[in-house]
Amino acid sequence: MIRALIVCIFTVWGGIASAEQLKLAVTTSFHNSGLSDVLLPAIQEDTGIEVQLLVVGTGQAIRLGEAGDVDAILVHSRPAEDAFVAGGYGTHRREIMYNDFVIVGPQGDPALVADAATAADALRLIADVSAPFVSRGDDSGTHKKELALWDAAEVSRGGDWYRPVGAGMGAALNTASGMNAYILSDRASWLSFGNQGALALLFSGDPVLFNQYAYIPVNVDRHPHVKSALASDLEDWLTSPRAARLINDYSINGEALFTFNADQGS
Amino acid sequence: MGEIWEGLVAGFWLVVTLDSDLVEITLRSLQVTVSATVIASVIALPFGAWLAIRRFRHRRATIAVLNALMGLPPVVVGLVVYLLLSRAGPFGVLGLLFTPTAMIIAQVIIITPLIASIAHQSIRDIWAEYHDLLISFSTTRKQRIATLLWDGRRALLTAALAGFGRAIGEVGAIMIVGGNIDHATRVLTTAIALETGKGDFALALGLGFVLIGLSVAVNMIIHAVSRTESEGKW
Repeated sequence: MIRALIVCIFTVWGGIASAEQLKLAVTTSFHNSGLSDVLLPAIQEDTGIEVQLLVVGTGQAIRLGEAGDVDAILVHSRPAEDAFVAGGYGTHRREIMYNDFVIVGPQGDPALVADAATAADALRLIADVSAPFVSRGDDSGTHKKELALWDAAEVSRGGDWYRPVGAGMGAALNTASGMNAYILSDRASWLSFGNQGALALLFSGDPVLFNQYAYIPVNVDRHPHVKSALASDLEDWLTSPRAARLINDYSINGEALFTFNADQGS
Repeated sequence: MGEIWEGLVAGFWLVVTLDSDLVEITLRSLQVTVSATVIASVIALPFGAWLAIRRFRHRRATIAVLNALMGLPPVVVGLVVYLLLSRAGPFGVLGLLFTPTAMIIAQVIIITPLIASIAHQSIRDIWAEYHDLLISFSTTRKQRIATLLWDGRRALLTAALAGFGRAIGEVGAIMIVGGNIDHATRVLTTAIALETGKGDFALALGLGFVLIGLSVAVNMIIHAVSRTESEGKW
């Protein structure tokens, strides 16, 4: 019995080491959407690269890249990305695809955000009636976008109704679902979320809610151990026609989640 | 209630169909936790015995600290191990971050005080009984520790199993140092956290039942192999 167990353990152990591995830090919204389950097998098939995903918030993804613990990052917060590249941590920023943020809330819509003209108006309406609002509160791309929108709405959000949970997109949606609260989510995570409960998509379409994902390889000059050749191969694949087709065709319940917009010229 | 039932059904199907992902992460859970338990036991059991028979100046304080460390917060352990193993940290050159080895290191740190503390408790009781005998044979300290460890092996097994139990259900530390990478560092607990995040409660709960079943199975196998709790044997 013990011997069988030991054999089992060593078999697994041996199975772990394999050749072309690349560590990529991605945002929770990218992974929870399910798109990675489509792209990763295709990447392995075409390039032989086994992409190991670290699913974290944009803030942490950038920290991982700065420390050199990953080979590349795929995130969605423009100011943080520009600072990352400017600081010499990343070689360059390459736009891959976009989706958009949406405001989700209770089906009854007590704050009437469905009729709001802009995203900032919608948040102002929520603050006006002090309707419960769940914030990611984790320095992620979605959280940064939300904070920018509150600043644009110019209302204070100090009350009991504003609940920063410090968690990933899925966990925050679970909390919002449990409290029947409003929340800002990216469209992909919302559509693929399994526990929607009494929540509904209430507001979308404001251009300010545009959500661009960009790929940044970690700078090999700063971290010599980084697999820059593989990172470059992955970038070529992510901007290839096959990636474009897979990304554009990925849909849940007939609704497309992402739009490919990489510049294929460069 | 409906969701708990769905979880049971999901767990049942995962097991009977021998879902390949499930088998993989279950074996990885075992690999990490069994390794951590063995390493921690090798450190903690002799240390617990040594602590029981040795009288020294700060013994009381050492035991108090050891007992307090049983409640070491896994998230903090994870964070410290993460910072040590990060490329920017002192052991960064080893490239261990986000590997099963890093997860084993974190778990060893978490469960060593627990195993040492329980081992110390039980060996102290045996030592009270054996004290005069072992002294009269004028045994060396090494011999005494070896005797106590051997005669206390049943209680020490419980100590090791307590460590195993804490490690197999742990998620905070291994999430940070392992990164929950599919096919590399994903184990049962981090998979449960992931599925919960996706709102797929049935699958998360199914994995949870598999984890509980695994823990029960390991304990029963260990008892069967070492023939504890069987009639006529101590």
